[in-house]
Amino acid sequence: MSYQYNIGCSLSNLKGIREFIRNSLKDSGISEIDMAAIILALDEMCSNLMIHAHHCNPDHLLELHIDVPEKGKLVFEIIDDGNVFNINQFHSDNINDLVHDKRKGGLGIRLVKSIMDNIEYFTRDSKNVCRLTKLIS
Amino acid sequence: MVHIKRLQEHGNDIIAIIGEIDASSSIELDLTIAKSVGEGFSKILIDCSSLEYISSAGLGVFMSYIEEFKDKNIQMVLFGMKEKVANTFTILGLADLLHIRASKDEAKKLVDELSV
Repeated sequence: MSYQYNIGCSLSNLKGIREFIRNSLKDSGISEIDMAAIILALDEMCSNLMIHAHHCNPDHLLELHIDVPEKGKLVFEIIDDGNVFNINQFHSDNINDLVHDKRKGGLGIRLVKSIMDNIEYFTRDSKNVCRLTKLIS
Repeated sequence: MVHIKRLQEHGNDIIAIIGEIDASSSIELDLTIAKSVGEGFSKILIDCSSLEYISSAGLGVFMSYIEEFKDKNIQMVLFGMKEKVANTFTILGLADLLHIRASKDEAKKLVDELSV
């Protein structure tokens, strides 16, 4: 099964993204804990893109695709045409350093890398594609 | 969408988070905690029993107060988290850096012990 959702780059749309993911995966058989983690990772990816690549411009669109190609694997693609925001180019700060510096940010990338099994970036039809893969038991 | 309520009980400021905290709503949590600190509370309990979701933006708010609260001898204890919410704290290792208890009674007991 494949699912697609197009959304403007406003942070107020994050709730709609979370609901779309939950509805798309409700029959996939994944646990509630896995479901919550996947929703969290995609929320982080979309909010990062909205903020850093699109400056929260609601006229800019993100496409979110969910594909369940085979048992035990979920594939997510986030497609946009803004500046590439590649989280693989950022290292995860040590959490004790973040605490010491009283920082509020820096946790999202760590979360996504902890939850997803693979994160890759490529171009398709002149658009940026971020593909995230999650293996499920 | 989130609603945040405050209730004062025996010198504790109890902050109840109802709904979801994400990048669009984390500022409300931040402002509420800042207000509690500004009003001079040194024992802050965060009621997470109606918290359905928290993203890194909300976690970052709690994280950003850890050092300040150490400096000011302010104690903060979170309680009543659902498993799916608690798991987010665990993934990041924040569960080891924050005080988290299952129930309100346990949280009140801990905040009193820490305040001695």
